[in-house]
Amino acid sequence: MRGLRKAGVVAVFLLPSAVPLLLFIIVPMVSSAWISLHEWNLISPMKWVGLRNYADLARDGDSRAALLHTLEYLVGYLPLVYVGGLSIALGLNRVMPGRNLLRGVYFLPVVTSWVVVALVWKWLLNPSSGLVNDLLGRIGVPGPGWWTDPAWAMPSVILASAWKDLGYVMVILLAGLQSIPAEYHEAARIDGAGAWQRFTQITFPLLTPSTYFVVIISLINGFQVFDQVFVMTGGGPAGSSQVLVERIYDQTFRYGQVGSASALSWVLFVVILGVTLVQGRLQRRWVTYA
Amino acid sequence: MTVRRYARQAAALIVAVGTLAACAKGSITKNNDAGGATTTLHYFTFSAAPDHLKDLDKIVQAFEAQNPKIKVTVESAPFADYFTKLQTAFAGGTAPDTFELDYQDFVSYSSSGSLLDLSGPAGKDGSYQSSVYEPTSLSAFQAAGKQYAMPESFSTVVLLYNKKLFDAAGVAYPTADWTWADESAAAAKLTGKGVFGDYQPVSFFEFYKALDQAGGSFFNADKTKATFNSPAGVKAAQWLLSKPGITMPTLAQIGGTPDYDTNLFKTNKLAMWHNGIWQFATLKDKSDWDVVVEPGDTQKASAVFQNAVAASKTTTHPDASWKWLKFLTSSTVMAQTRVDTSWELPPLADAGVLKNYLAQSPPANRQAVFDSLKAQALTPVIAQQQKMQDILDKAFQGASKGTDLQKLLDDTAAKVDALLK
Repeated sequence: MRGLRKAGVVAVFLLPSAVPLLLFIIVPMVSSAWISLHEWNLISPMKWVGLRNYADLARDGDSRAALLHTLEYLVGYLPLVYVGGLSIALGLNRVMPGRNLLRGVYFLPVVTSWVVVALVWKWLLNPSSGLVNDLLGRIGVPGPGWWTDPAWAMPSVILASAWKDLGYVMVILLAGLQSIPAEYHEAARIDGAGAWQRFTQITFPLLTPSTYFVVIISLINGFQVFDQVFVMTGGGPAGSSQVLVERIYDQTFRYGQVGSASALSWVLFVVILGVTLVQGRLQRRWVTYA
Repeated sequence: MTVRRYARQAAALIVAVGTLAACAKGSITKNNDAGGATTTLHYFTFSAAPDHLKDLDKIVQAFEAQNPKIKVTVESAPFADYFTKLQTAFAGGTAPDTFELDYQDFVSYSSSGSLLDLSGPAGKDGSYQSSVYEPTSLSAFQAAGKQYAMPESFSTVVLLYNKKLFDAAGVAYPTADWTWADESAAAAKLTGKGVFGDYQPVSFFEFYKALDQAGGSFFNADKTKATFNSPAGVKAAQWLLSKPGITMPTLAQIGGTPDYDTNLFKTNKLAMWHNGIWQFATLKDKSDWDVVVEPGDTQKASAVFQNAVAASKTTTHPDASWKWLKFLTSSTVMAQTRVDTSWELPPLADAGVLKNYLAQSPPANRQAVFDSLKAQALTPVIAQQQKMQDILDKAFQGASKGTDLQKLLDDTAAKVDALLK
């Protein structure tokens, strides 16, 4: 009787998250696996095609290009956001006036809607009337076409993304920095270690658990990059910034090929799962737990 | 005790979520005819938003006055989002009873079996006369001998020009005999001092028309192969790409600003503008501008766009839907409203209703709208329409001065060929 009552209490607490999880995550996931085995344009009845959508994906140049663009995004974004976040975290880990205010300011973009941030960056990077090109013009540097130029569209997206996520990385790393016992630094200083040695021998190794967390989360989010691309470039110009999720959106809502879009979603899921599992293995070699 | 309270709250939450879900479904299309004798019809439109919602409302009110037992609820979305919303509503089983379609999408909706065959309710309607419609427009919206949509409106693309800027540059106004060479010579003279001579986007919609003007064709006769990589195609692409950065602003200069071209024209900074007659309403307060039929190359060809209205196959009110669609496409109130507000025009057989349209000004030369119908560049339509349009748009976005256009068009034609299989 008591056990039953306890289970009831547990169920009531679980319900608020279990119901949306079931409704908006589990059911759509299972449905998308089912849809991926069909040809469906949203308006006609579904037609069974087996694994053909997956086979077609292997030969589809646009999807391959989208995967490459996603990797290009990750390669540009990850180092930028990590080094930037780490620098700010190190800077704000010292005792200084206005430290809490600065921490708050750096975190502000993280809690701002992506649409707002993307629109602001689109305006800042406007090739003809944006602030950035205006400033570059003043120091005599001709500004690039940013998101209107196929070569600069992806760098524009990377820049905006790194700026927005700096605060998040900063907070995680800051927490990591504060969990490093002060005695270690003190002992090293007594032994005559300089600032750089202390950073490379103590701070960085002991920060690896936080670094690992940041890398995993950023990779998972990075593979799913969509909002900023959709708002800033729409995947263009000339498809130069089309990433996987944007491609999935186009396939579904522009081209009415929901089956192949669902197949691509599952491929993306497997890729992310694979990358995360590999990371989990590799971390044993480089993450130091104090 | 506490457990029971939690359980009750949880139950309330579930009911609330359930109700919300039900509401979301009902708000789009479910009709509440339980109880009352009144039928509520949903009508989904893109062409009325945002400038002509009031005009549409006038038509709705006249219809409701004639049919007191039918209520029409209008929902609108901008063209860019319209078809995404419509197909999502179909997928979710909440399709509107009646809705608007452009010609390209009519083809995909009718072939997917989502449209109500209007021949049924029309056959029962003793007052219906198919002869009130312009016959080619009516037959454009038939498939397999069945009338799946009613022709609602048409619009054409013309060359709008700013008389003041032509006067200032000492260039003679464009005439119906102009060719590309005349246009480009004038554009060069008109460009400068903050003024752009010309504006014509480099896109699928401009390309198929320019191709026709240069004497080329988009597909072969049985539509099994793309043929736009012909010499005429290269010429058309060259023509379009000769403008940005020279007589027309570049994409970087436009910088994604909405209505950039409209504002340039309104503020006397654009001399020639390739655009549709739907701009007439936008420019009604501006003076010193007029229109001519677009210049051609080896021949004239103008873009003509047709919209139609259809009913969903799943509507529970086929007869009421028919009444509304008939009224929306053939009533005098509708024709009058469209003509008076310079909206897109009704394709009716009786040209008398259009008299008042010609009498209005600006622009003075409204006859050009009808002259442009004489040589029409038909939109190439295939099942994977949007994908084809994107392929061409992307190709042109990536092109610049040094691009080998023959190679670009060969590659693009190969991609389009793959869609035809």
